[in-house]
Amino acid sequence: MKPDESNMTVFNWVVGVIISFYQSSGARNMKKLVVAAVVALLSLPVQAADLRIGVEGAYPPFSAVDETGKLIGFDIEIANALCAEMKVECELIQQDWDGIIPALLAKKYDAIIASMSDTEERRAQVSFTNHYYKDGATFVHKKGSGVRIDYSTLEGKKVGVQRSTVTDTFLSAEFKGADIKRYDTLENAHLDLQQGRLDLVLADQFVQQDWVAKKTDFEITGDTYTNAKYFGDISIAVRKEDNALREKLNTAIKAIRGNGKYKEINDSYFSFDIYGK
Amino acid sequence: MNILLGYEARFLAGLLISAGVAIVALAIALTLGLLGATAKTSSAKIPRHLAQAYTAIVRGIPEILFILLVYFDLQRLLNVIAEWVGIDRLIISPFWAGAIAIGIFYGAYMTETFRGALLAVARGQYEAAASLGLSRRVAFWKITFPQMLRHALPGIRNNWQVLLKATALISVIGLSDDMMAVAAQGKSKTGEPFLFYVAAAVGYLFLTAISGAVFNRIEKYARRGLT
Repeated sequence: MKPDESNMTVFNWVVGVIISFYQSSGARNMKKLVVAAVVALLSLPVQAADLRIGVEGAYPPFSAVDETGKLIGFDIEIANALCAEMKVECELIQQDWDGIIPALLAKKYDAIIASMSDTEERRAQVSFTNHYYKDGATFVHKKGSGVRIDYSTLEGKKVGVQRSTVTDTFLSAEFKGADIKRYDTLENAHLDLQQGRLDLVLADQFVQQDWVAKKTDFEITGDTYTNAKYFGDISIAVRKEDNALREKLNTAIKAIRGNGKYKEINDSYFSFDIYGK
Repeated sequence: MNILLGYEARFLAGLLISAGVAIVALAIALTLGLLGATAKTSSAKIPRHLAQAYTAIVRGIPEILFILLVYFDLQRLLNVIAEWVGIDRLIISPFWAGAIAIGIFYGAYMTETFRGALLAVARGQYEAAASLGLSRRVAFWKITFPQMLRHALPGIRNNWQVLLKATALISVIGLSDDMMAVAAQGKSKTGEPFLFYVAAAVGYLFLTAISGAVFNRIEKYARRGLT
């Protein structure tokens, strides 16, 4: 094995082998399955790739994990397109949102492509590339629930939001009367809305559109908030000292915008260009 | 077979990975426990104080916090080492970070288990071994250890069960293939939290049941010749 070959790839490969054994011939190959598992466990703890990118994997349609364990979504495809453009071997590493900046700073990976908004607060810790899309936020609620969105009528309403996000900051600052419930992932907030524990969920407009398309009992309500104080550039985060990488990513973003690759990815998810101006 | 909505294979692989993390952690915990207990019962001051500090600190911290500390701060330490040696980087994977963190954590509990067991071996046994002229090493492995083990096994078994269940926590540090992580992914993709959490519960029950049977055999072996 070459020293620069990623060990995680080996690990994933072994897990893949386990799965294929299981699927192909059932319990007869239980022994092989156990052997493969042992090999997986003994694989070395050290790993490396040209460029390692942190992603969230729990934010459809931007980032998700499918049934086979593969990462899918807009962020993932943008990450792969940028790597291809920069001609580097990339490894995508899934990380919970709460630890996504700490893991960057601890050099678990070198860049975050996770629909992260470029904010003043985060700039204290990391630096950002130019944007790769722009967003705003909207509420969703159950159809016919009669919840009206108005700065004064959210009093006492239970509103779900993903914690440590710009929507959380916006909601906390602008809707003072709301009873805000903060979740580790947006999916959990949506789940609680379905269970009836929440009246509303506030999140990124594209994510909400994608969600109500799948959950037809729910609909978008109220305005799209694009207040520049909170919302705007969705960018790639890198460590402050990695300016060269930041420049390279900027060039690559510009290149995929120019050569149609961005449009191709964009059009497979959205009916309009989410890049903005 | 489609009871887990397409997640069966990954769930089964996840079960093996969770079990794998637990077994590696157990090996680390047993080693640290044995070392810690020897240090704690030793007459030498420095090892005794070190072991005292280890158990006091580790047992006073919630395990989830400890896992996060190891994952993020062990990485920082590795970065410093990598820079110092002059290699590009050393990355510790979530699997190993999780196993090491849980191993160190339960090593502190194992220390207490082994310490109690060591103290339960009658003093006359050591004196008899010494009077036979056995070296300290031989005396430990042939006289002290087998007798101590009988007292330690129930405690080890208890620690193991808790340790096994602690592997449910490691998906917080980004291990995305273990049983809990697969359950969480299945839950969010299909919107069926009950199904996947029950499946994970059954998975853990299965693992504790198997290990219960294994421990019964070991305990029987350790008690051989007694009844």
